[in-house]
Amino acid sequence: MQYNWNWGILLQDPYLGWLISGVGWTLAVASAAWVIAFTLGSVVGVARTLPNRWVRGIATAYVELFRNIPLLVQLFIWYFVVPELLPDDWGRWVKRDLPLPEYTTAVVGLGVYTASRVAEQVRSGIESISRGQSMAGYASGLTSAQLYRYVLLPVAYRLIVPPLTSEFLTIFKNSSLALTIGVLELTAQSRQITEYTFQGFEAFTAATVMYVVITLLVTAGMSLVERRARIPGFIAGGTDR
Amino acid sequence: MTRRTHWIRRGLLGAFAAAAFGLAPASVPAQDLYGTLAKIDDAGEMVIGHRETSIPFSWIGNDGEPQGYSIDLCLRIADAVKEALGKPDLGVRFVPVTPQTRIPLLANGTIDIECGSTTNKLSRQEQVAYLPVTFITGTKLLVKTGSGVETLDDLSGKRIALAQGTTNERVIKAAIEAGGLDVDVLNVKDHAEGFLSLETDRVDAYSTDHILLLGLITRSRDPENYEVVGDFLSYDPYAIMVRRDDSAFQLLGTRVLADLFRSGEIREIYAQWFEPFPTSDDVSEPPTELLEAAWSLNALPE
Repeated sequence: MQYNWNWGILLQDPYLGWLISGVGWTLAVASAAWVIAFTLGSVVGVARTLPNRWVRGIATAYVELFRNIPLLVQLFIWYFVVPELLPDDWGRWVKRDLPLPEYTTAVVGLGVYTASRVAEQVRSGIESISRGQSMAGYASGLTSAQLYRYVLLPVAYRLIVPPLTSEFLTIFKNSSLALTIGVLELTAQSRQITEYTFQGFEAFTAATVMYVVITLLVTAGMSLVERRARIPGFIAGGTDR
Repeated sequence: MTRRTHWIRRGLLGAFAAAAFGLAPASVPAQDLYGTLAKIDDAGEMVIGHRETSIPFSWIGNDGEPQGYSIDLCLRIADAVKEALGKPDLGVRFVPVTPQTRIPLLANGTIDIECGSTTNKLSRQEQVAYLPVTFITGTKLLVKTGSGVETLDDLSGKRIALAQGTTNERVIKAAIEAGGLDVDVLNVKDHAEGFLSLETDRVDAYSTDHILLLGLITRSRDPENYEVVGDFLSYDPYAIMVRRDDSAFQLLGTRVLADLFRSGEIREIYAQWFEPFPTSDDVSEPPTELLEAAWSLNALPE
């Protein structure tokens, strides 16, 4: 390969600043989207386990719709197609007057997509609790709301901490797709450095390292949560109590 | 007999023959090949990097195949490569590139040559090399007809889309900074997305090389709604991009182009793509005097 390496470029002004601001946007997109994903995903996930057929149907439709369309396509639809479907005034507002239009769209798009995946994990967490617990709950006079509040959800959330960790990691990586609608996050900034300096390999190596650092920090944080939230003897050693 | 001794023996025989008869070998022996030519010879195929929305230089036509002015020139070079390697059935493969990927993909050997709408720039020459200039253009603005925008100054308080990685992006950003203008910039991936942003009123202008703007207009549903305005904000000589430090391949490409320029065949190829544009009979762009001069200057004698 014919290539002139120049690692020093990464520390030069303004490129270092671009990388830092890229990390900032990546964190901003991913964490805001995670708030949507976790809240909406929990609601939809619980809805998928409720006795009411209609509620279940709507929740299932949501999951199937948002889980099965590629994220790249969803972002494109949110950004380019949805404003065109709105009445003219609203569409114009979304395109011009919405605060930080690209950022907001990316957060919503990434959030509702990830919500469908979180929902599935919440559902599987709830469904993995043996039916005996629900029956015991009802038998002791709990309403459905109380059953979820005091029995099912506390257990289910603890069970799904590991898959939720993966989901949380994925949202940081998926946030790189926000560049396709003009958000200058980490990957976009690496590209921009490449374009100004033509030192693409250095810029993308830097981005790779930063993504790894971010995800390692998330993993460390989540394993702390996992340790704290563990129910002694619930999963591990379940066969021998 | 090992391959090595075989080579040595062939080499010795060749040297002996050349010394004895004072004759140079007719074609380059395989072991003397290096760089891109050696790579193409080994792989049995030449890989052409093309663009998807650079009309009429390099874009995907309705039949799904890459086509255009730059593509035609590269196919001529591919023919010359087949001849030089003595492999008439050498394969040619197309790989799409974007402004962001064209240099890394060329440097790492994914593509052997880039045929798009790339400006020859000195800063890029630190990573790649160029064949002679094949077209000359410059940065202008594309706006909706009757928008009242004539120059960059008129965009104050408005929004412009720029394709990341293009020379135009840097020119416009520098001009905005120099003029202290309050122009908001939207980063887009390529020309198609930039045009879509203008079409859907997300921005007030899109800027790239004027010839590409004309190409974009010809592809829109209602061409009369768009106009190209302003003075040239930059000088952009287009050239085909090849790997650096590979004078054999560069010479081969330069020779093909010089032949086309000298024989005047370049005019026919040019006319096929620009007079009129293949995407619209209404738009025609005859070669400018500057381009004619560039062709003449690069028509090196054999």
